[in-house]
Amino acid sequence: MLALFLRDLRLGIRAGGGALTGIVFFLALVATIPFGVGPDLNLLARIGPAILWIGALLASLLGLDRLFQADREDGSLDLLLLAEDRHMLALTVLVKCLAHWTASVLPLVVASPLLGLFMNVEPAGLGAAALTLLVGTPAITFVGAAGAAVSVALPRGGLMISVLVLPLTIPVLIFGVSATYGAVADPAPFLQPFLILCALTLFLAVVGPLAASAALRHAD
Amino acid sequence: MRLIADNLGGERGGEMVFSDVSFGLYEGGALIVTGPNGSGKSTLLRIVAGLLPVATGVVAIEAGEAFPTVSSACHYLGHQNAMKTALTVEENLHFWRDYFGTPRLPPDDALEQVGLGGLGHLPFSVLSTGQKRRAAIARLLVSYRPVWLLDEPTAGLDAASEARFAELMATHRGDGGIVIAATHLPLGLEGAQELRMGQPC
Repeated sequence: MLALFLRDLRLGIRAGGGALTGIVFFLALVATIPFGVGPDLNLLARIGPAILWIGALLASLLGLDRLFQADREDGSLDLLLLAEDRHMLALTVLVKCLAHWTASVLPLVVASPLLGLFMNVEPAGLGAAALTLLVGTPAITFVGAAGAAVSVALPRGGLMISVLVLPLTIPVLIFGVSATYGAVADPAPFLQPFLILCALTLFLAVVGPLAASAALRHAD
Repeated sequence: MRLIADNLGGERGGEMVFSDVSFGLYEGGALIVTGPNGSGKSTLLRIVAGLLPVATGVVAIEAGEAFPTVSSACHYLGHQNAMKTALTVEENLHFWRDYFGTPRLPPDDALEQVGLGGLGHLPFSVLSTGQKRRAAIARLLVSYRPVWLLDEPTAGLDAASEARFAELMATHRGDGGIVIAATHLPLGLEGAQELRMGQPC
């Protein structure tokens, strides 16, 4: 399983892996918002965490369509399915998700405090945004894996994945953003939404790969 | 060890492609599947591998505790090579060896066997079509599976490589392995059973 993780990580990072696409999109999105909204620092600070979360959510959906499609096109997927008796398929999917997350979503989390500065988010908010993204974005990848598995046989699966997956990621977005606001605005709580976010990620870490492996098994 | 298919039927897109296919293979056995395009050769191999559901009939294997199901006992060499172009040949083989388990030859030796010795450090993308196929054949050697399912294994190979591949298959059968190959070209498998697909069913 470590071998699979390392292979997917290498593929993600090497040229053509598409790990950069997400981060460039994230950067473009967040960097253009202040120009569009105008130089009202209070307003920017207020919408900042939400923009960071929305940007990270959309950016992490970008590369998902290649999660299984690349393996299907070169025939690797067949062999991954064949090895099911040695490696439970859901576990294989989970490992692929983790590798994908490390290669293309973790950079978004790392970049988010820097981009938060563009939005005049205060230091506590920057930390909270990075922390909630770190905890919450794996959930998006896990749900996305199920979408990617359903649309693996479709030639333009990317759009389909966004349509399928976006509604399912809304709870993650809601609790991620409200936890971030909880750290900044005083009456709102931080811990409760943050714990729900953790729970969502753990729950989807099980359900997502199981759903994805069921879909992959019947892809042909 | 025994691999048995009984009254096998397969369908693609809801339509029966073939039915009533039966064969039995013992240690060292080989089966050559021939027939015109669209007669269901690839479908048969994928059904035996467990990648497609059986429409009718059964496939079963008796290969000891290490390989409880047919899919766990199979190496599948399909039309695609299942190698990543961004990785080197050796990285590809190392990955499959680790992932498949039951390791046999180290990647270096496997590449030597298919005549690609010393090319392991190259990215898979720079190899020629025939060399890519040979690298995929090397994958059969890096970990052990008793059954080789080969779908047009020699597509793109030159005569020398074909002969070398025939030797590899003979060695595998000599060790008690089973080979099932779908092909249009003679593969040099001696004493192999032949299954003609595409007869009206």
